Amino acid sequence: MNLSLLVLVPLITAIAVLFCRGLNGVRWVSLAGASVQLLLSFGLLALYWKERAAGNSAAMLFEYRHTWFLPLNIWYHVGVDGISIAMILLTALVMEAAILVSWSIRTMGKEFFALLLFLSAGAYGFFLSLDLFTLFFFLEVSVIPKFLLIGVWGSGRKDYSAMKLALMLMGGSALVFIGLLGLYYSTGGATGPHTFDWQRIAQMQLPAEVQRKFFPFLFVGFGIFTALFPLHTWVPDGHSSAPTAASMFLAGISMKLGGYGCLRVAVYLMPIAAREYSPVIILLATIAIVYGAFATMMQKDLKYINAYSSISHCGFILLGIGMLTRTAITGAVIQMISHGLMTALFFAAIGMIYDRTHTRLVAQLGGLLKIMPFISTIFVIAGLCSLGLPGLSGFVAEITVFMGSWQRAGEMYRLATVLACASIVITAVYILRATGKSIMGPVSDPQYNGLADATWNEKLAGILLGAGIIAIGVAPFWLSDLLASGIGAIMDHAIIIK
Amino acid sequence: MWAGIIFSLRQELIVTGIIFLLLFIKVRATEYKTGVLLNLVNLLLLVNFVLGFFGCQDAALFNGMFHTNKLLVLEKNMLNLGTLIISLQAYDWLKGHRQVLEFYLLLLATLVGFFFMISAGNLLMFYLGLELSTIPLAALSSFDLEKRRSSEAAMKFIMSSAFSSALLLFGISLLYGATGTLGFDTIAQRLDGSAFQLFAFILILSGFAFKISVVPFHLWTADVYEGSPVTVTAYLSVISKGAVFFVFIQVLYTIFKPLAGNWYRILVLLSILTMVTGNLFALRQDKLKRLLAFSSIAQSGFILAGITGSSRTGDASVIYFILVYIFSNLGAFGVVSLISAQTGKESIDDYKGLYATNPLLSWIMAISLFSLAGIPPTAGFFGKFFLLMAGAGKGNYVFIGIAALNMVISLYYYLRVIKAIFMDSQPEPIGKLKIPLLPNIAFLVCVAGIIMTGLMGWIYDYIYSLSIGF
Repeated sequence: MNLSLLVLVPLITAIAVLFCRGLNGVRWVSLAGASVQLLLSFGLLALYWKERAAGNSAAMLFEYRHTWFLPLNIWYHVGVDGISIAMILLTALVMEAAILVSWSIRTMGKEFFALLLFLSAGAYGFFLSLDLFTLFFFLEVSVIPKFLLIGVWGSGRKDYSAMKLALMLMGGSALVFIGLLGLYYSTGGATGPHTFDWQRIAQMQLPAEVQRKFFPFLFVGFGIFTALFPLHTWVPDGHSSAPTAASMFLAGISMKLGGYGCLRVAVYLMPIAAREYSPVIILLATIAIVYGAFATMMQKDLKYINAYSSISHCGFILLGIGMLTRTAITGAVIQMISHGLMTALFFAAIGMIYDRTHTRLVAQLGGLLKIMPFISTIFVIAGLCSLGLPGLSGFVAEITVFMGSWQRAGEMYRLATVLACASIVITAVYILRATGKSIMGPVSDPQYNGLADATWNEKLAGILLGAGIIAIGVAPFWLSDLLASGIGAIMDHAIIIK
Repeated sequence: MWAGIIFSLRQELIVTGIIFLLLFIKVRATEYKTGVLLNLVNLLLLVNFVLGFFGCQDAALFNGMFHTNKLLVLEKNMLNLGTLIISLQAYDWLKGHRQVLEFYLLLLATLVGFFFMISAGNLLMFYLGLELSTIPLAALSSFDLEKRRSSEAAMKFIMSSAFSSALLLFGISLLYGATGTLGFDTIAQRLDGSAFQLFAFILILSGFAFKISVVPFHLWTADVYEGSPVTVTAYLSVISKGAVFFVFIQVLYTIFKPLAGNWYRILVLLSILTMVTGNLFALRQDKLKRLLAFSSIAQSGFILAGITGSSRTGDASVIYFILVYIFSNLGAFGVVSLISAQTGKESIDDYKGLYATNPLLSWIMAISLFSLAGIPPTAGFFGKFFLLMAGAGKGNYVFIGIAALNMVISLYYYLRVIKAIFMDSQPEPIGKLKIPLLPNIAFLVCVAGIIMTGLMGWIYDYIYSLSIGF
């Protein structure tokens, strides 16, 4: 399968959208593009299983290389393994849902859908890249569309949030950039040829001092994208000011770019440094988990609740990566996917509620279950997934992370694991309080009585994401099998070094 | 023999030919149609651009005073393209101007000067070319004849140019005293790094630093850019700066190659100073022209970072960046020029709500600014990436870190303009503007250049195959 299709389909759709006449055309073309992309992603999954069943054990499948800047040894190089496929599936699902819930966008609809699709093209490219230059290119592609999406269609302090998000993410990219240059120049000796090809860099086993020097740049740089503790401040503002679809994309996919980068680039290419820095990573991740959870308890706005809880949940991703055991890393990747689906569903539900009641404050909501049963149901599913109810994906992800973390011996690691586990109680407090107050009880405002339940497009979006959550929650093994080979490569590499 | 000379000098000869043609028209014709004249000049520039693509041999003419090779022809062609774009964009402004002929006479004289300067094989020739371009430039910056600010700009420009030329000349004469020669190839052999030679070098460097507005020699830039007509500002910030950078890098990489250890550290320092100062001043500007002036100072800092690489990657990245910079800066200036010509508005606040009335212009502006900020998929991303990559080749990651941080700072002020255009509104936004055909073509070239230059890697490959380094 030609992987470049996955980048081209959203791009072509985005361009086609710009030439559409009328809002309806724009919507349907975007939806068609996203659906084709979703089918392609599932097709890719099927092909991948077929290849693997046929005994193809190459690390990366469907590789494609094309020269880009030959004198610098920069290639357009794409390929997939299980981890990338899982991330691509997640992106396709979230995008489909995001387009479905944006049906009611009226102002500048054409630009909105085009930017959203363009943004997703960047994410697909990022997950496909096997060349660090290609990867960095796609990482930065996504900064500006986010800025415009928040700034033009957002609410609240949108100017401030958009600027803060763009600058902080650009700062993250700048750190990544330095790290990448450091890696590039430490390959191939003093005269070169240097390379950005990450598989080749992994085989080279960079010297320990190089790893020590550049690991922090790459890890912190990607970490900013995934709300690494002291640099998480763009998350609450950005997520809550963004329009619904952009929030879904930001929390669901954009934050995962960081986690994927931390794992694939920082930890995989620099295992010695990863081991040495792992106490620091774990410390920051634990702070993020606990602090995020407590901060969420204080929030009154539903979007802020989800944004702060994202910090806490993304802490689990970093915790799993920092623990460096096979189970913990598997858990971290499952958490990326689970959190992506869950948070997208949560934001979608919040968006639907807000569209109808025009408020997101928990105190003003109440009794919604009677008025809009479907929306309330998906809201509760997302909430329960967030607090880790068995049968939903959040449970699978978190329990895997905890088990993996416990495998790492040492008092500090044990303590971090216990604290992270304990944070679930706090999660339960804020989730149950928020859902209980807004869904159950008497209807808080008589005006709400006449409000309609979800329309067909909103229902479809909710069902898609909800199905994903339940599919992982009930039958997690297909996912962990899919991830096994990719994570195996990372762990083998780490063990060889040890 | 004559054929060889004519062929090697063809770019200079064609531009000189245009100048003579215009002079004859000026002297002989009592009446001429401005529109026809503009089209004629643009057409001839286009011919020159196309002819520039035909192959050429390496040649040294006039006892090594003038030399040419594929790289130099390419560089001249880039400047020619830039001038053509500016000329197309200025169509509106020029059509209403009384002295169109004189404008082109002066403009093309500077272009010939740059051509000779780039091809110089001798410091004397280089100085001649530089002066041929500097003096008409001063006249050009006062071309808004009714405006006092424009004359003021010209005055400031001529003073600072004269000062920098004097420094340069002093340096050249000291260098002549130290080495006994003015030829590029022979000077390099006679440099030994003595204090006297270093002094001469520093003077020459300062002269260059004035021309490319490197901090602390940048003080003239903002005022001159602001006072001059937008067209001239665009020319100053792109063509003039690009040309001087072409020569600067050649001079550093060939003549002063023996002093590389000395100039490396100086350039790193100047680069950091320039980036930081340019960016910090740009943060608080309210006028778009001033903002672009300071941003162009900051861009000079980035180009210096590429030069410090002193490898073939360094040379290639600088030339590539200037190509990208021509497209992106001219795209931005084109929009400013059009709006300024039709409404007279030039401040960022005036641009609020532009998207509602002029979506096309807004997108052109946005793409150009993203390219200047170095955001993919625009070519500016590749340009900046390669500059800093070349700079990082020396292993000085503190320096590269500061540069990368500066990219973040610069994003802020570019986004301020984007925010005004797309997100803000005002009671009386700029009305719907008509884009005439020629500026439209210019915009098309700029946008196509911004998008294609990066994605098509062979452009960089070609430049790299011609570049020099050590």
